[in-house]
Amino acid sequence: MSAGFPGVTLWAEIIFVISALTMLAGALVAVMAHRIIRSVCGLALCCIGLAGLYAFLRSPFLALMQILIYVGAVCITIVFAVMLAEPDEPAEPTSGHGEGVWLACALLVAAVVGWGLATLVVKGPWATPVERVAEGSVKAIGIALLTTHSLAFEVVSVVLLVAIVGALAIAHGGRGAAR
Amino acid sequence: MTLPEPFRLLAYLAGVMAFVGLNAAYLVWVERKGAARFQRRPGPTEVGPAGLLQPLADAAKLLSKQLLVPPDADRTLFRLAPVMVMAPALMCLATIPFGQALGARSLDLGLVMVFAFGSINVMAIMLGGWASRNKYAIISAARIVSQNVAYEIPMMLVVITLLMVTGTTNLQEIVEGQAGGFWRWNVFDLVANPLMPVTFVIYFICMLAETNRAPFDMAEAESELVAGAFTEYAGMGFGVFFMAEYANILVGCSLGAILFLGGWQSPFGVFSGVGWFLLKLYALVFTVVWVRWTFPRTQFYGLLNLSWKILIPVSLGILVLTSVMLKLF
Repeated sequence: MSAGFPGVTLWAEIIFVISALTMLAGALVAVMAHRIIRSVCGLALCCIGLAGLYAFLRSPFLALMQILIYVGAVCITIVFAVMLAEPDEPAEPTSGHGEGVWLACALLVAAVVGWGLATLVVKGPWATPVERVAEGSVKAIGIALLTTHSLAFEVVSVVLLVAIVGALAIAHGGRGAAR
Repeated sequence: MTLPEPFRLLAYLAGVMAFVGLNAAYLVWVERKGAARFQRRPGPTEVGPAGLLQPLADAAKLLSKQLLVPPDADRTLFRLAPVMVMAPALMCLATIPFGQALGARSLDLGLVMVFAFGSINVMAIMLGGWASRNKYAIISAARIVSQNVAYEIPMMLVVITLLMVTGTTNLQEIVEGQAGGFWRWNVFDLVANPLMPVTFVIYFICMLAETNRAPFDMAEAESELVAGAFTEYAGMGFGVFFMAEYANILVGCSLGAILFLGGWQSPFGVFSGVGWFLLKLYALVFTVVWVRWTFPRTQFYGLLNLSWKILIPVSLGILVLTSVMLKLF
C-alpha cells in the first residue's frame, strides 16, 4: 500500500490477524466437519487465509498461485471425486470404546508438536534472508526456477509425469477389465 | 481533482460494484431484447419505454419473494454459494483498466489475479448445486466441474501464448503495448504468430464455456435439468446467480478486449479513451448474446470432445508455433 493510508501498520496488523483467523477457522472446519464437502470448503477457506498471509509477506505471486492452484484446482478436484463417491448421508459419528484413549494420544502428540514448534520459533535463530528476490515478481521467480532451482523444477515435472502415466495405466486397466 | 490513494481506491471499488450491478441488470434486458429480435418478436415492451424499466421490476419481484431453503439442503453452503459466485467477479474487475488512468488498481500480476479469482466461481456454482441435495442440481454440478476443468486448459494455454508475446502480466502494460492503431492489436499481431486470430477465437469459445453460456450451458440445460444447479434457489438467491453470470461475462469480455483488441486504445492511433474500451466490451458482450440465441445447445460429449480433441491440441500447437516465431524473429 502506498503512502498516505492513515495508520498503515495498524491496517497491516489487522490484515494479518484476519488472514490468520481465516486460516485457523478453515482448518478447524476441515477437521471437525462431518460431511466431506464441508471439510473441503474448510480447506479452501484455509488456503485463502494462507494466500492472505503470503500477500501480507509481500509475495503476491505466491498468494495468487495459492488461490489458483489450491482453491481453483485441488479443492475442485477433491469435491468432484467426493461427489461421485460419497454416500448421501454422512456416517453416524461412532462413539465406540477407547475414544478417550485416542483423544489423550491426540492431545499428547498435539502438545509435543506444538511445544516443539513454539520452542523453535522462540529460541531458534532466525536466518536473515540473503536477498529479497525482487518482491517475488514473476520474472525473478521464472529465472530462479530455470537456473538456481532447475533440478527441483525438473524433479517436480517427473512427479507429474509419473502421476499422468499412473492415471493412464489405471484407466486403461479398468477399461480392459470391463471388457 | 485527485483523492488520496486509499480514498481513491475505495471510490473506484464502489464504482466497480455499481458498474457490475448496473450491467448485470441491464444485460438481462439486452439479452431478452436480443433474443426477441433474433426470433422475430418484440421482447419486453410494457414496463417503461421499450421495456427499459423491466430489470427494476424484475428486481422488485425477486426481492419481494421468500427465500426458501429446502429442508434437506446444507443450509450454510446453500446460502453461501450465491455470495461466492458474485464476489470473485467483483475482485477481478478491480484490476481491469477501463482507461489510461481509469482503473481501481494497476497490479503487476493483474492477469494472474483475474484467473485466480475466476477459478473460485466454478467451486461456488458446484457447491450451490451440491448443497441443494437435489438430483438435477448434483448432475449439473458434476457437469460444471468437468466442463470447466476441460476448458480451463486451452484457456490457460492461449493466455500463456499471449503472455509470451506481451512479456508482462500487468493488464495496463498489455494495453499500452498495443498502442498506435488496430494493426498493433494482439489479435492482428501476425508477426508473433500467424494464427493469432485463431487464438482469439479459442479464447472466446473457452470464455463462453467457462461462463456456462449457450451453446455450452450444460449446467443449466433447462430442458433436461430444470435449472441445473439453481433449481432449488428462490427469489434473490436465484437473482444473484443470474447477476453473477453476467458479471462473469463482463469480466471475460473485458479481458478479451484487453488482451486481444487493445483495451482502451483507439483503432486509428488517436483519441484513445474509455469509450473505445466500452465499445469493444459491449461488442463482445453482444456477440455472446448473439451466439446464445443462434446456436442450439451442444451435447455434453460434443462439448468435451471439442475441448480435448480440438481446442487443446490446437492451442498447444499455437503455443509451440509462437515460441518458435519469437525465437526466430
